[in-house]
Amino acid sequence: MRRAEFVMACVLGVLSAYLMWKSAELPIGWIPKEGPGGGAFPFWLSAGMLACCLWILLRLFRRSSSVSRSTDTYMDRDAVRLFLLVAGSLTVMLLLIHVVGVYVATPLFLLFYMRFMGGHRWFSTSTIAVATPIVAFFFFEIALHITLPKGVTEPFFYPLYDIFL
Amino acid sequence: MKILRNAAVVPVVASVVTTLAFSGIAMAGWEPKKPVDFVIMAGKGGGADKMARLMQSVIEKHKLASKPFIPINKPGGSGAEALVHLKQKAGDDHTIMVTLNSFYTTPLRQPGLGVDVMTFTPIGRMAEDTFLLWVHKDSGIKNVDEFVKSAKTAGNKWIMAGTGKGQEDQLLTNFLNKAYGLDMKYVPFKGGGRVAKELAGQHANSTVNNPSEQLGFYEAGNTVPLAAFTPDRLPLFKDAPTFRELGQDFVYFMQRSVVGAPGMSKEAEDYYRGVFTKVYESQEWQDYMKKKSLQGAFMTGDELKAYWKQEKEIHKKMLKDIGEI
Amino acid sequence: MEILDHLLQGFAIAFQPLNLGLVIFGCALGLFIGAMPGLGSVNGVAILLPMTFLVPPTGAIIFLAAIYYGAMYGGAISSIMLGIPGASTAVATTFDGRPMALQGQADQALITAATASFVGGTVSVVLFTLFAPPLAAVALAFGAAEEFALMMLAFATFVGLGGDDIPKTLFSIFIGLVLSAVGLDIISGQPRLIFGDITGFMHGINFLVLAIGIYGIGEMLWTIESSKGEVKISQATVTVGRVMDSLRKFKNYGKTTLMGSVLGYFVGILPAAGATPGSLMAYGVAKTISKHPESFGKGNPEGVAAPESANNAASTGSMLPMLTLGIPGSPTTAILLGGMVIWGLEPGPLLFVEHQEFVWGLIASLYAANVFSLLINVAFIPAFIWVLRLPFTILAPLIFVLCIVGGYAPTQDMHDVWLILIFGVAGYLLRKLDYPLAPAVLAIVLGPLAETSMRQALLQSNGEMMVFFQRPISGPIMITAVVLFLLPLFKLLKARWRASKAANPGA
Repeated sequence: MRRAEFVMACVLGVLSAYLMWKSAELPIGWIPKEGPGGGAFPFWLSAGMLACCLWILLRLFRRSSSVSRSTDTYMDRDAVRLFLLVAGSLTVMLLLIHVVGVYVATPLFLLFYMRFMGGHRWFSTSTIAVATPIVAFFFFEIALHITLPKGVTEPFFYPLYDIFL
Repeated sequence: MKILRNAAVVPVVASVVTTLAFSGIAMAGWEPKKPVDFVIMAGKGGGADKMARLMQSVIEKHKLASKPFIPINKPGGSGAEALVHLKQKAGDDHTIMVTLNSFYTTPLRQPGLGVDVMTFTPIGRMAEDTFLLWVHKDSGIKNVDEFVKSAKTAGNKWIMAGTGKGQEDQLLTNFLNKAYGLDMKYVPFKGGGRVAKELAGQHANSTVNNPSEQLGFYEAGNTVPLAAFTPDRLPLFKDAPTFRELGQDFVYFMQRSVVGAPGMSKEAEDYYRGVFTKVYESQEWQDYMKKKSLQGAFMTGDELKAYWKQEKEIHKKMLKDIGEI
Repeated sequence: MEILDHLLQGFAIAFQPLNLGLVIFGCALGLFIGAMPGLGSVNGVAILLPMTFLVPPTGAIIFLAAIYYGAMYGGAISSIMLGIPGASTAVATTFDGRPMALQGQADQALITAATASFVGGTVSVVLFTLFAPPLAAVALAFGAAEEFALMMLAFATFVGLGGDDIPKTLFSIFIGLVLSAVGLDIISGQPRLIFGDITGFMHGINFLVLAIGIYGIGEMLWTIESSKGEVKISQATVTVGRVMDSLRKFKNYGKTTLMGSVLGYFVGILPAAGATPGSLMAYGVAKTISKHPESFGKGNPEGVAAPESANNAASTGSMLPMLTLGIPGSPTTAILLGGMVIWGLEPGPLLFVEHQEFVWGLIASLYAANVFSLLINVAFIPAFIWVLRLPFTILAPLIFVLCIVGGYAPTQDMHDVWLILIFGVAGYLLRKLDYPLAPAVLAIVLGPLAETSMRQALLQSNGEMMVFFQRPISGPIMITAVVLFLLPLFKLLKARWRASKAANPGA
C-alpha cells in the first residue's frame, strides 16, 4: 500500500507539472485592467495539484494518514487478474468498434464476459448477446436518430435504413 | 450570317444539353443511403443551432429527403473541431455542415488546422444575418452621435458585450472604435442570447446583436437599435439609419450557409443542392427570414465559392487590423 | 386572482385529449431517456424537436416539457440503481441513493426520489404561478459578478463533502477544475490544454465523460474486485406493503424536501445556473442543517430527497428566464428556446402578455407532467428492482455496454469513449488509495461557470476585485460564501484551542 501511495503521488506530481507547463502556453499572470490571463486558472490549479502531491508524500513519510500506515497489499494477484481481464476486454471492445462497429463488438464482448467470466449457460449468454445490439439499434438509430459507429459493417445497414427510416 | 446563326445556336444547345444532363441525374436520383450527418459549427441553443434545427424540421415536415438529417453540434474551438471533422470526411457523401462566419475567421486564426475552406463543397447560402448597434433605453441615447459622445466620455469603462473573441462582434466593435476614435472594452460571452440579456440587464452599455437575438427586448421597449450594418435600412427597424447613411462605408453580414465535405461526389452535391433549394423556398423558411430580418438570396455553386473568396479576404484584413493574425 | 384564472385556463388546455396524451407519452419516453447513463433531458428534447412540427405549438412545448420532466425523474433512477448519474443534475442523488441501493433499500430510495421530485415540482409550479413576472426582473439583474458569487456559494456548501484526507480531497477538486479548463478559453478565444491539437479536446471534457468514467467504469471495477466478480448488487424486494411504508416514512423528510424545493426553484431561475448547482446546494444545506450530518453519504434518505426536490424545482425555475428573457437557464431550455423560434413564438418580456394561452398551458402541463411522471415512475419500480436482481456477471457487462454507447451518443465522438475508459481506470486506481472522486465531478460541473463569470466580471470592472463585494446582489452572496468557507476552519481552531487548554489547564 505504501509503495502504491508513493508511486501514485509521484505520477500525479509529474502530471501536475506537465499540466502547469502546458497551461503556461497562455498568459498566466494578471493582465492590468482585465484580470487573470487565459492560462492562469489551469496553471495555478495545477500548481495546487502539485502541492497536494507533495503534501501526500509528506504524510506518507510521517505516517500520518490511514493509507500510509496500511500494510495491506494494494492489489493482490486475483485483483490484478480481474482488473486486466475487465479493463483489457473493454479496451479490445473499443478497438473493435473502430474496425467492425458497435453491432459486432458489443455481442463479442458480452459473449466473452458472460460465458467465460460469468460461466453462464450458452443459451442465456447468446440470447442477451444477440438481443442487446438489436434493442440498441431500434432505440438509438430508429427511435432517437443517433447513428452509432459501424466501421466496415456499414453497408449491411443500408437495407435496414431503407426499411425502418 | 451562317456563322452568326451557329454562334447563337451553340449556347442554346449547350444549355439544353446541360439541363437534360442535370435532370437526367435528378431522375437517376442519387439518394442518401443512410442518415445524413448535419454538423453544426456551434453549440446547442445558439443562432446557428436554431437555424439548423429549423432546416431539419422543414426537411422532415415536407419529407424533402428519404433519410433523416441528424444535427450534431461540434462547437469546439470556435468551429475548429467541426472544420477539421469535415476535412477528415473528405469524399464522404453523407456529411454536410451549417456554417457561420467562423468558417472564415477560425482557419485564418489557427493556420495549424490546415483547413482550406475553399475546398469544401458549396451547397447553398440560406441567408445573411444582419447586425445592428444596440443600447439600453434607459441610457437615453437616441442616435449614433449621442452614442459616440457617451462612449468617448466613458473611455475604456464603456462595455461592449459580444460573442467570442476574434469573431463577428469583436470585428464590429473594432470598426466602431476605429471609425469614431473610441476605446470601448470588449467582453466576450457565450451566445448571442446571453449578450442580449447583458444589455437588457444593463451589465453592458452596448451590443452589436443580430435582430433575432434582441427582438424580444426590443419589442418590450427595453433596448433601442441605433444603426444598422447593412446597405439599406431594415424593414423591421425603419428608424435606425445605416452606417452608410452616416458617412461610414461599412457593411457586414453573417453568412448562414450549408457546405458539404470536400470532394463530395457530383451527384450527392446536386442532391443536397436540390434539398436546400426547396428548404429556402419553403413557407417556413421565408417566414423566418422575414420575421428575423434576414437578408440574402439563395446562392450556390461557383457563385457561392466566389462569395466565400471575397468574404475570406475581407475577414483577413479585419483580423489583421485587430492584431489577431 | 387574475393569475388563478390564467392557470385554470391553462389546465383546460393541458387536459385537452391530445395534449394529455402528449403529456403521458412524453413522460414515459423521458423516463427511459433519463434513465440511460449519458442521455439526459437535453438529448431527448433535441432529438424529438423536429417531430413537434406535427402538432400545434402549445401541444409541442407541452410534449417537450413532459420529456424534460420525465427525464429529470429518470435521472434519479440510474443514479440510484447503477450509481451512475445520468445527467449532471443527478450527481448529488448518487451520494446517498447509491448506498441505499447497496443496502437493499433501492425501492425506498426510488420512491423517496420520485415523491421528492413530485413535491419539488409542485412547489415550484406554485411559486412560478405566484411570482413569475416580478422574478424575471431578479434574473435580469444577475450579471457575471453575481454568477461568480453564486458559484462560490455552491462550492462553499460543499466544503465538508470530501473525505477525511484533506490533501486528497483538495487534489480531487483541483484536477476537476483543471479538466474543466480544457478546450477553448472563451475570454481570450484561444484553445488551451488541447494536448498536441487533438480535435477531440477542443470541445472540452464534458461532465458526462468524467462521471461515466468514474462511476460507470471505475466504481464497477471496484465492485467487481471487492466482490470477486460474483455478488449481486442488492437483494431488494418490492411489495405493496414496502411501497406504502416508504411513502409513510416520506413525511419525515418533509422539511428537507420543502427546503430543497424552494432553494432549487430560486437557483433555477438564475440564468446560467440551472438545476445542477441547485441540487448540489440543496444537498449541502440539507447536510448542514441535519441533526445527523455524519449519516449523509451512507444512505440517508434525506440526502436523496433534498437534491431530487431541488432539481425538479429548478427545472421549472429555469423556464422563467427562458420565457421572459429568452435566455436559457440550462442546456435543455436552450433547445426548448430553439423550438419556440421554430414555432414562431418570440420569447421575451412580452410573451406573458401576448401569448398567455401558451405560457399558462405550459405551466399547467408542467404540473400534469409531474403527476404522470410520479405515477409512471412508481409503476415501473418493480421492473427496475428486477433488473437489479440479475446476476452481477450479466449486469456488469450490460452496464459497461450502456456506458460506452451512452458516452458516445451525446457528442458522437469515439474520443470521448476512450476518455471514459481512461478516467475509469484512473478512477479505480485512485479509489483504492482513498482519493475521494465526487469533488472532481462537482468541480468539472461548476468550474467553467465560475472561471468565465469571474473573468467577465473583472473585465467589466477594469480588473477591480472589489466588484464582487460591492454590488448589491453579489456582495451578500459572496460574504455568505466566505463565511461558509471559513466556518470549518474556525471550528477546527476552536477545537484545537480547547484541546490545548484542556491539556494544560494551568496556562
